[in-house]
Amino acid sequence: MKRDLLQRLQAARAAKRPAALLTRLPDGAQSLFPEDDVPPALAEAAQSALHDDASRTVTLGNEQWFVAVENPPLRLVVVGAVHIAQALVPMAAALGYAVTVVDPRRAFATEERMGERVTISTDWPDDALRALAPDVRTAVVTLTHDPKLDDPALEVALRSPAFYIGSLGSRRTHAKRVARLTEAGLTEAEIARIQAPVGLDIGAVTAPEIAVSILAQVVASRRGGPKKKAEQ
Amino acid sequence: MTKTDAEDILGIAQDWLAEGETVALATVVETWGSSPRPAGSRLAVTQSGRLAGSVSGGCIEGAVADVAKQTMASGTPQLLDFGISDERAWEVGLACGGKLKVFVEKVG
Repeated sequence: MKRDLLQRLQAARAAKRPAALLTRLPDGAQSLFPEDDVPPALAEAAQSALHDDASRTVTLGNEQWFVAVENPPLRLVVVGAVHIAQALVPMAAALGYAVTVVDPRRAFATEERMGERVTISTDWPDDALRALAPDVRTAVVTLTHDPKLDDPALEVALRSPAFYIGSLGSRRTHAKRVARLTEAGLTEAEIARIQAPVGLDIGAVTAPEIAVSILAQVVASRRGGPKKKAEQ
Repeated sequence: MTKTDAEDILGIAQDWLAEGETVALATVVETWGSSPRPAGSRLAVTQSGRLAGSVSGGCIEGAVADVAKQTMASGTPQLLDFGISDERAWEVGLACGGKLKVFVEKVG
């Protein structure tokens, strides 16, 4: 790989622009998608690999190309700079997620509590979520179990294409939440997207254990979980 | 921090180049069966012997690093096949029983 191509690829990644490094096998001729002009069939293969988030070798005519996918990081938006968030943030960062913690309570939402590997927003949760615009590569977890903070975030998240939405709280808390969100005009199907009680049921007790159970559920949502395994 | 998929191998390769190292990059381009690392996994190697990232569960990194040194000397990329049907895999011990192709190129 030429040094200037590596620099262009790293610039695209730093700017969080989806990119694909295209390498012809075995001679190593390379282009960067979508910056460089490439034949339509190769562009289509690159687009499709980016969509699937899967690097792969494709055969086009009598040529083989390796498409290396460089999508921006998955994002995790955590509402509530609470005790569980303190455990969740570094674990999610280790999984490669770009993490944003949203909490308008400035005493909680500090870098000292949340660490340096996180973006902090002290906006009201609905404003913060609207600005973050969750997409298909975003997970949203609400942890405050305070309706005035969690609900506005959920109202935005449930109308977004976020791939995962989880909400801390017991079954009873969640039943009340469902009633409030219904009152707010969300449909049954929208509300059914909430994972609650949040996390896989592994009997988690401590904050780090709950963080593990939440992240395990996020990964299962992303990767397909047991269902996908069974289909293979 | 431990080695994870969050590790930026390209960034490390760039840093090494900036330090004046000669660098090669090995990338998994195709896998079959139970290969532990998916297509797109990278290993960066320097002529001086530094390693970052991985292309398997540790089975073939040594062999790939040897080829990478040849590639750094010649500048010619190589496409390597590792698998149970390949005698070379027995030599290096692909204990996982998978098959994979690794592309090795010089950087810079």
